[in-house]
Amino acid sequence: MSADSAPVTDERLREETTIARLMKRPELGAIAGLILVTGFFLVTADRTMFTLSGVMNFLTPAAQLGILAIGAAMLMIGGEFDLSIGSMVAFAGMIFGALVVNAGLPLIVAIPLTLCAAALIGVINGQLTIRTGLPSFIVTLALLFILRGLTLVGLKFLTGGSTQLRGVRDAVEGDFLAPLFSGEAFKGLFVMLGKMGLVDTFKSGLPKVPGVPVEILWFVGLALAATWVLLRTPIGNWVFASGGDANAAANSGVPVRKVKVALFMFAACCAALLAIMQVMDAGSTDARRGFQKEFEAIIAAVIGGCLLTGGYGSAIGAFFGAIIFGMVVIGLTYTDIDQDWFQVFLGGMLLLAVIFNNVIRKRVTGER
Amino acid sequence: MTQDSAFHHGDATDAKPIVEMRDIEKHFGNIIALAGVSFDVRAGECHCLLGDNGAGKSTFIKTMSGVHKPTRGEIYFEGRHMNFDSPRDAMEAGIATVFQDLAMIPLMSVSRNFFMGREPTKGVGPFKRLDIAKANADTVEAMRQMGINLRGPDQAVGTLSGGERQTVAIARAVYFGAKVLILDEPTSALGVRQTSNVLATIDRVRKQGVGVVFISHNVRHALAVGDRFTVLNRGRTLGTAKRGEIRAEELQDMMAGGQELAQLEGSLGGTI
Repeated sequence: MSADSAPVTDERLREETTIARLMKRPELGAIAGLILVTGFFLVTADRTMFTLSGVMNFLTPAAQLGILAIGAAMLMIGGEFDLSIGSMVAFAGMIFGALVVNAGLPLIVAIPLTLCAAALIGVINGQLTIRTGLPSFIVTLALLFILRGLTLVGLKFLTGGSTQLRGVRDAVEGDFLAPLFSGEAFKGLFVMLGKMGLVDTFKSGLPKVPGVPVEILWFVGLALAATWVLLRTPIGNWVFASGGDANAAANSGVPVRKVKVALFMFAACCAALLAIMQVMDAGSTDARRGFQKEFEAIIAAVIGGCLLTGGYGSAIGAFFGAIIFGMVVIGLTYTDIDQDWFQVFLGGMLLLAVIFNNVIRKRVTGER
Repeated sequence: MTQDSAFHHGDATDAKPIVEMRDIEKHFGNIIALAGVSFDVRAGECHCLLGDNGAGKSTFIKTMSGVHKPTRGEIYFEGRHMNFDSPRDAMEAGIATVFQDLAMIPLMSVSRNFFMGREPTKGVGPFKRLDIAKANADTVEAMRQMGINLRGPDQAVGTLSGGERQTVAIARAVYFGAKVLILDEPTSALGVRQTSNVLATIDRVRKQGVGVVFISHNVRHALAVGDRFTVLNRGRTLGTAKRGEIRAEELQDMMAGGQELAQLEGSLGGTI
């Protein structure tokens, strides 16, 4: 508020406390969940879970899911779903593999082309949803199967019968863009920190953690960028408006169709980015990549405060949702608990989050 | 019923009309929705358009706000002949319409709703961002001018009452430079107190020199703020009357198109 707007009081309104204000933030549930889960593992898990290498260990799968979850969250805030992002990982992986192995293209060409292909699928998802007026749930469910099937068929065609395309590592070896999408960053820094005795080292003097896996950096960068766009740009306002009430938004001059198609493209590109990194790390692409990841991404987004009805949520919430996810997946291996409890835990978290989000929504809109 | 209400009434009858609609006809296939309606609105007046359901009120205001193109007839805006191709054209010329759904999103804050689709920005290139401080300050100020003190500009619209939401929609239209404000049944779903708030808002807007077109089927609400009254019945106008020239009962009868209501009213004891 600016200085010249003097405070005006209304005796019917009680002063809002800071806590009441915080209670209305969409990411509150995810942060509370993160504290809870951290507390749980601090008590039950082996000490090594919270050493530097342990943290990197659970942040890596968290980051991989998180990249998908941020795309899914943006789309959900915009009022649509994309169930095809899991298959999109496999599909984009195949495209990328074919471009670098079969076509022998350098990364500077292959990566933009892969992202373009993903964006094109996003446009198809978006246009089909908007033009038919069908729920995006059903349209993208169809794409889930179509893309998975195309990947299987395509991989068999490319490899002469196998559902795995190998040789990516050799093909990208030495490419100047490779360090951006695979391996670890800040290696020099970690060696230096190791010499200074600030991080654990092997006997040879090399640090136990060679660096920060690049996917973690992408994850953090994407979360920050998405949050900036959502909260600080007109486009963010359009995303919230399109998801809140597409008709009202369109009547106010918001380009709802463009916003929604762009969000579908963004979600697909997030999946493609993840595919590129996974394929380069593994050195091969596989038709099963990203299997059921769409559900995990949507769960992370919901834990992060996104409403299934759209118009509400946050990218930073999805960020924390993904970290909770990674913590539980990996954390259970540090405990005596049977790892298969993971799925039970996941479902439970989802239910809790949805109920919690509903309460928050009612608080925000003042429904009684 | 013709007692003066507390509101100031514009005496703008000498001013030139901002919008003038002449002999507007609108056909949908073989249905004649409007059969030659003339209507005008001047700066600083509140012109009430009365009519029962199905009289053609909605079709008429949609023609005025650029949603429909008239089949026949002419629209003049500030004396110039105009053809609105879209609601955007009409909006840019200065005709703002507040429809019944208000085009508001309950989950979003008042200031985000206020500037929805027309966000103020600062910075250039990739650093171009929402000017949140300006949006918030302007929203609070615009709402204060309409007599509503917001708890905070970040309050969700869902927490506002129906009358307050109506006021946000009106304040938004005025803020963005509306010369003519069309209100589609703004009081139809409101309680007594909220209705009087909205009527007071209409009065404030009129004092700022905006021409208000107030659509209603409630004669009492219309008489409370209206300067002129036009009654639509079955796609035709039954003439325009100035304030003080017409009584509530006459307006009521004209809207109903004749005798039946008068008889009914007798049996109901004049409660309609």
